[in-house]
Amino acid sequence: MIDIILLLFLVICGFVAVAMNDLLSTTIILGAYSLIMAIVWTRLNAVDVAFTEASVGAGITTVLIIAALSRTQRMEAQILAGGRSKKYEKYKVKRLLLLMVILVTGGILMYGTIDMPAFGNPNDPANLHVVPRYIKKTYEETGVVNFVTAILANYRGYDTLGETSVIFTAGLSVILLLRRKK
Amino acid sequence: MFDVAAIIIVLAAALVLYRAIRGPMVCDRVLAVNVIGTKTVVLLALIGFIYKRPYFLDIALVYALINFIATIAFLKYREMGRLD
Repeated sequence: MIDIILLLFLVICGFVAVAMNDLLSTTIILGAYSLIMAIVWTRLNAVDVAFTEASVGAGITTVLIIAALSRTQRMEAQILAGGRSKKYEKYKVKRLLLLMVILVTGGILMYGTIDMPAFGNPNDPANLHVVPRYIKKTYEETGVVNFVTAILANYRGYDTLGETSVIFTAGLSVILLLRRKK
Repeated sequence: MFDVAAIIIVLAAALVLYRAIRGPMVCDRVLAVNVIGTKTVVLLALIGFIYKRPYFLDIALVYALINFIATIAFLKYREMGRLD
């Protein structure tokens, strides 16, 4: 019951964020989207993902977008203001095409979920590949109590190192773009 | 009982979401999102009780702290027109 209401919230937030012309309002609505998404993650028992969603989605991303807005324009370009001009007709056709592409892609993705195994089933192929070994051997091989931490920091250490360098590069570029002009 | 409370709080958040969508001023929207954040904190605490996992309370507390960042950024942007 709660899940359905929350997912409905997400859909409403998405539509409203796309429909608004004021980009500052869109940013605010996306902050609400992230907070609701964090509740959904918590309902799925993925507390760490929920935490990342709330701090990155509702916190840092909002601040970064506002910083970008303060350097550019707050309002979306008014293509519709031209009325019945040729540009407007072209824009309308383009928008319909984009909608078709989005609907087809969404349909294909939904069709793909039909083949997925039931949520949380311990006998899924995905849960039988390496998971039993991790559960049995993690403590004696690494000495880390938490599985997720052991997998991220020990078994997939190089992967995590790569992710860290990606985030470092992104942070550097944000600082370069948004630094104070002397 | 916690389930009923959670549903009621989600419905209250729906009312606030209406204000966030309709709100004529940006300030209305900022306030509405702030209230949604507060509802999120309460809802997380309730979900912790529903799942019988008391450590969700800590997470709810940190959410309450994170909640202010976006609001402060909005207000600073409105007041000064820039963030730095």
